[in-house]
Amino acid sequence: MTPPLVEAQRIVKRFGALLANDHVDLLVRVGEVHALLGENGAGKSTLVKMLYGLLQPNEGRILWQGRPVTLPSPKAARALGIGMVFQHFSLFENLTVAENVALALDAAAPLPEVAARVAELSAAYGLPLSPGREVWRLSVGERQRVEIIRCLMQDPKLLILDEPTSVLTPQECEGLFATIARLRAEGRAVLYISHKLEEVRRICETATILRQGRVVAATDPRAETAASLARMMVGGDVAALRHEAAAESDAPVRLSVRGLSLPAEDPHGTALRDVSFDLRRGEILGVAGVAGNGQEELFAALSGERLAPRAGQILLDGAPVGREDINARRRRGAAFVPEERLGHAAAPRLPLSENALLSGHAANGFVRGGLLDRGRMLGWVDAVTRAFDVRKGPRDPEARALSGGNLQKFVVGRELLRRPGLLVVAQPTWGVDAGAARLIRQALVDLAREGAAVLVISQDLDELLEIADRLAVIFHGRLSPARPVAGLTREEIGLLMGGAGFAMAAEAG
Amino acid sequence: MRLVLERRAETPLALRIGSPLLAVALTLLSAIVIFAALGHDPWRALHIYFVMPLSDSWGLQEVAVKATPLVLIAVGLALCYRSNNWNIGAEGQFLVGALAGSWLALATHGAPDGPWLLPAMLACGALGGALFALIPALLKTRFGANEILTSLMLVYVAELLMDWLVRGPWRDPHGFNMPQTVIFEPEATIPLLMEGGRLNIGTPLMLLVVALMAVLAARTLKGFEIRLVGEAPRAARFAGFSETRLTWTVFALSGALAGLAGILEAAGTVRQLQPAISPGYGFTAIIVAFLGRLNPVGCLVAGVFLAITFIGGENAQILLRLPLDVTRVFQGLLLFYVLACDTLLLYRVRLVRGAAA
Repeated sequence: MTPPLVEAQRIVKRFGALLANDHVDLLVRVGEVHALLGENGAGKSTLVKMLYGLLQPNEGRILWQGRPVTLPSPKAARALGIGMVFQHFSLFENLTVAENVALALDAAAPLPEVAARVAELSAAYGLPLSPGREVWRLSVGERQRVEIIRCLMQDPKLLILDEPTSVLTPQECEGLFATIARLRAEGRAVLYISHKLEEVRRICETATILRQGRVVAATDPRAETAASLARMMVGGDVAALRHEAAAESDAPVRLSVRGLSLPAEDPHGTALRDVSFDLRRGEILGVAGVAGNGQEELFAALSGERLAPRAGQILLDGAPVGREDINARRRRGAAFVPEERLGHAAAPRLPLSENALLSGHAANGFVRGGLLDRGRMLGWVDAVTRAFDVRKGPRDPEARALSGGNLQKFVVGRELLRRPGLLVVAQPTWGVDAGAARLIRQALVDLAREGAAVLVISQDLDELLEIADRLAVIFHGRLSPARPVAGLTREEIGLLMGGAGFAMAAEAG
Repeated sequence: MRLVLERRAETPLALRIGSPLLAVALTLLSAIVIFAALGHDPWRALHIYFVMPLSDSWGLQEVAVKATPLVLIAVGLALCYRSNNWNIGAEGQFLVGALAGSWLALATHGAPDGPWLLPAMLACGALGGALFALIPALLKTRFGANEILTSLMLVYVAELLMDWLVRGPWRDPHGFNMPQTVIFEPEATIPLLMEGGRLNIGTPLMLLVVALMAVLAARTLKGFEIRLVGEAPRAARFAGFSETRLTWTVFALSGALAGLAGILEAAGTVRQLQPAISPGYGFTAIIVAFLGRLNPVGCLVAGVFLAITFIGGENAQILLRLPLDVTRVFQGLLLFYVLACDTLLLYRVRLVRGAAA
């Protein structure tokens, strides 16, 4: 019997006091699509970084085709035949596809040769790409193809894909699955990191499930249900959300955007073009779209981080607020949660109390007689902690000391505690564990039921379909008309996310 | 076996205090080596440098006189650095402050008129320093010019301006052609705190400024804004703070404090303008700011320590015939060690055994 392709035995990895991998075993056979399942923070990325030579295990060993190996660097891993596509791409925006591929080669090759090989691989694996295009012109899905081709250039025996579908439209996902099937047919193994259960059940024949750094199961996902996989991942039942989509309402309009256009702030950004929509009280409007299609710009314009060209382009409860800054809008009862937790929503090295002050100094009465009211700030932290089950050690730790899910609960809770009349939130559960995600989504639904207007910008279609009443799609800075979620199919949304249906509007504009 | 640096999740308080102390200890160690290499008894030299200045009333007063401008400048710089604005030109702002305040003293010379003069001179000094500091702020916010370079180069502008004025239009006609102005009238001179010393009301004024800045940094929204802009600029925008406005504010504030230090030095300690009015206070204050952990009270402690090296350096010059440059070397080494020790705040050093790599 041939030995397994790669085997990790009793791997332990510590980061300071944190035990990220606790005696983890993993076994991937030749020609197998193997899922590595787990919530964020379960230790999936740590494990594969050790397989790719980016981290060194503290204990345990790695076997490659039956022989123990050490992987001091990614280069050594590539030499064995291990390739990896990261969640966050590392491409030079101003260089072409072929140039990016050539730069990553361990052995230099002339550019025309690389370009020819890229064209060949892209045809063979169903990864359409033109080698001469600059990367900044490419969609996120196309960029991922560049990364995959970059790995295939090395003729890998094992390809590691880290959450590959989190940035793709449903149609693009289908394309990726076809490519994976092709790789398997050639006898290559794929290690597929994901927390999307349906996907894993469809394309993987083995799954290793991690929870809190330990392997809790190694199983055939096709023999499991999504619910049983989720239970193993989370270690308990995940309650369903209490939510029924609201009917068409004639509640008063809280937020109204009229013909908002905004040029891009940097050369590779996206300009907003003629965005219009109405958001009523008691309603959740979802904005779907592939990353980089103007979501950041839309958030910045709605929050007031960037001002609209004319005041009347954004109306809050009928008042023109387009030229008001973020704090003026907060005083009118609006609240905002940006996508990036660390560095945007929160300052990593400041304590939570000061992070409460960050978004609350204008409207929460944290400043009295010119001095900060530290007691009140701490009280706010305590209240958020209680209401949103924020797990932390000390009473007032630095923001960076919290796990992703707990910090997200804090930055969402910090705003919800104000009972805002309007909430604009981007990626509310990005990279958050299932328990925290459910709690946050329920809080958003409850807020809307109490009469607030909620705008959710998300790339997670499942999330939007679960909580939104109406859905619009953003593509190249344009927003499609919002439609009730009830009558929508995933295919329709997918087509919109890929730009179909926007063509005529683009030509007219 | 090898050393690795691991990022810390939190920085213990003991280390925050311990790191500058370690830097001081390393500087003293280096000093011992340097004294020995220069052929002096290191213990005697250290005694002259660091103990003698504190052993009599005169020495203590001198330390306070030197510490006053250092601390005044450093607390302003600390605010700048906290917010990621690198004002390196405090020396120039100090000189322009001295010039602006002295202008009033010279304009009223011979006919001083009323008790308003001294406060007006101090205000002029602060205003002059602030306006001069706003030049790099303007260049940074309007044109994206690097404030480190512009503020530093403006020091030379200020020095040459001072040179020209005291050798030209402002020179004392009865001063035997020396490059200096007339001695200021008593009404235009900072009152002494006590007879028979050089301590003047500049020192209590400095202590008041330290207290105010400590409250500003720790207890007001402006202090939070300064920290937030330095820590996480994007989060600061989310908080609704304008980076541009803050750059103007901290440059103006640190310039004003440097200018105030300048006019206090001119009208108090020196009582006239002369090119050698500053032994590099504006540059030494950068060391004070970092040694003091960019904290106003820390700056006070660090300022006293650096003042001791100034007095000790003068003593050593007289008693050991050591060049004054040795003092500069110590101050430079100190800054170097302070910054190096800061690595310990962010990282944990671990010894890794075996062939893990």
